Amino acid sequence: MNKFQREVAITRNEPVARDTYALRVHFPELSAIVEPGQFVTMRVNDTLNPLLRRPYSVSRPIGDECEFLYYVIGKGTRILARKRVGDTVNILGPLGNSFGFNGDYETAVLVGGGIGVAPFPFLTSRLVDHGKKVVTFLGARTAEMVLSDNLVNLQVATDDGTAGFHGTVVDCMDDWFGAHSVAKPKIFSCGPTPMLAAVQSWSLGRGIPCELSLESEMACGFGICQGCPVEHRHAERTYALVCTDGPCFNAEDITFKRP
Amino acid sequence: MKTSLDIGSLHLKNRVLVASGTFGYGTEAATFTDVTLGGIVTKSVSLEPRAGNPPSRIAETASGMLNSIGLANVGVEAFLREKMPPLRELDTAIIANIAASSVNEYLEVMKRMEDEPGIDAYEINVSCPNVKDGGLQFGTSCSATAEVVRALRPHTRRPLIIKLTPNVTRISEFALACQEEGADAVSMINTLVGMSINIYTRKPKLSTVTGGLSGPAIKPVALAKVFEASQVVSIPVIGIGGIASWEDAVEFLLAGASAVQVGTMNFIDPDTGVKITRGMEEYARKTGLDSLDELVGAMVLPEGASAPGIMKSSSKGHD
Ligand SMILES: Cc1cc2nc3c(=O)[nH]c(=O)nc-3n(C[C@H](O)[C@H](O)[C@H](O)COP(=O)(O)OP(=O)(O)OC[C@H]3O[C@@H](n4cnc5c(N)ncnc54)[C@H](O)[C@@H]3O)c2cc1C
Ligand SMILES: Cc1cc2nc3c(=O)[nH]c(=O)nc-3n(C[C@H](O)[C@H](O)[C@H](O)COP(=O)(O)O)c2cc1C
Ligand code: FES
Repeated sequence: MNKFQREVAITRNEPVARDTYALRVHFPELSAIVEPGQFVTMRVNDTLNPLLRRPYSVSRPIGDECEFLYYVIGKGTRILARKRVGDTVNILGPLGNSFGFNGDYETAVLVGGGIGVAPFPFLTSRLVDHGKKVVTFLGARTAEMVLSDNLVNLQVATDDGTAGFHGTVVDCMDDWFGAHSVAKPKIFSCGPTPMLAAVQSWSLGRGIPCELSLESEMACGFGICQGCPVEHRHAERTYALVCTDGPCFNAEDITFKRP
Repeated sequence: MKTSLDIGSLHLKNRVLVASGTFGYGTEAATFTDVTLGGIVTKSVSLEPRAGNPPSRIAETASGMLNSIGLANVGVEAFLREKMPPLRELDTAIIANIAASSVNEYLEVMKRMEDEPGIDAYEINVSCPNVKDGGLQFGTSCSATAEVVRALRPHTRRPLIIKLTPNVTRISEFALACQEEGADAVSMINTLVGMSINIYTRKPKLSTVTGGLSGPAIKPVALAKVFEASQVVSIPVIGIGGIASWEDAVEFLLAGASAVQVGTMNFIDPDTGVKITRGMEEYARKTGLDSLDELVGAMVLPEGASAPGIMKSSSKGHD
């Protein structure tokens, strides 16, 4: 798989929800080959602090451009948030695998928590192209943090009840499955690890196929540092790498239990 | 202008190598980078495959990072079968790095590698801080380090480079012991033991509590260690630690390194090594050098100064 490292120009960088920005860059080589679920790493400046590249999912390719969604949480994202149109950022990608959106199922159930919805716009457009039904569950802390652009058939859950279902996204999905019959579902989920663990046990308990897009600390992002392990579910103390074997994993294959 | 360096039978076309554990087995990064390097040092290879430590293995620190990989590697058999064939095709020196938990294991791994024609030299890792039996028990004992070299030396004609840890009081003693046992070069430094704590969960950021610190943050420590060692040995010292630019590499040469290895920066920019090679050559041309050898150990010392900790009667140290 080809990867590119380029200093690319920013064409959009503006808030789309509380503490959350959409960043668009001109990067034709990337937008031509990236698949939903894949990510890039960004070097936010050319100093040595912060040192490491930061991983971000491609939210959607738009012609020669690619758009990302990022939540401002620390050093790197604060620097990103200060960038203006015309500034540049060093991007390496595409990295990792993509969601297995082909296959024998009828309804794609997207379950995202917080900034974990980032890869869903791209995934949604592919799913629609493939003639799948899509239902999307979004979990957010509060109404101001819901990211609903470019998604379809939304069910929103907020921790504080300011929008949609009052509670977790998994409870919201559980309720909805109780009230609707869903034809041949497959779950695609991305978000914080505790949410992924809950989605995993929910889907395994019901025998519903499920893919999880994982996060990990990463130093390289392309398989050389061995810094991003996730434990295999069926072989204790052996690991897959989130950056190259993932970030998308079959829920059957991995475990989040920590020693 | 001469950029190459020969260490016994090891020919390096330039002075810049990539450090163990930071370039995989050489082929991963090759898909998007030009590998015009003096050499590639492989990930440490042990006798049996190792799965490595549980997550989390990485924590970023100020201009550096902590790692606790735990020598995750495919083991010597898979290394020879799967990793060497593509490595052999690259136009650069291949240095196999060996880690072990006993003298016998070092010897066993090396013997299995002897029949592989693509290996140009060995780097012996006596300095991994991240596993109980990763060699650091050798690397922090001068006599045990010497014993490893003594055991390996009669069984290979390939150059032996011993990779030393900075987690000792006097690295020069270790370098000297390696030289006396017939090592062809020493490389330094491996990572420094460090740690980091999440103040909200009160848990250490690494699963193993402590890990190895690397990156630009450690460069001044590495330079001082290279300087100290190169003052007492006549074999080449290969400088490692936080090198991010050609200026850094020149600094290491001036301190006494004959060549350098680039580690952590490969993660941030896989082309770092290639850029350093070009930058250093340009600097040498502009300053009218005939050979990069002219830079090695060419630091201009203030009158009467010497490296602290060196066994010279005149040295005072700076406590
Ligand atoms: C494959 C992948 C895809 C991602 N996609 C996106 C995306 O599309 N949008 C987005 O906003 N973020 C995404 N992330 C997370 C993103 O990389 C982090 O938000 C980013 O590194 C934060 O950088 P920072 O310098 O602002 O924060 P830092 O200063 O590095 O960290 C702030 C806090 O967040 C914690 N933290 C940092 N990185 C991670 C991590 N990877 N996992 C868990 N905790 C972490 C730190 O320990 C610290 O407490 C993704 C991560 C991965 C692995
Ligand atoms: C993620 C990671 C893995 C490493 N793995 C090894 C290894 O397997 N064997 C080894 O001898 N050194 C290993 N090292 C140490 C480096 O080779 C190097 O000595 C050290 O990182 C200092 O150089 P740097 O600051 O340029 O990274 C590793 C370093 C890092 C960051
Ligand atoms: S981040 Fe380096 S191997 Fe995954």
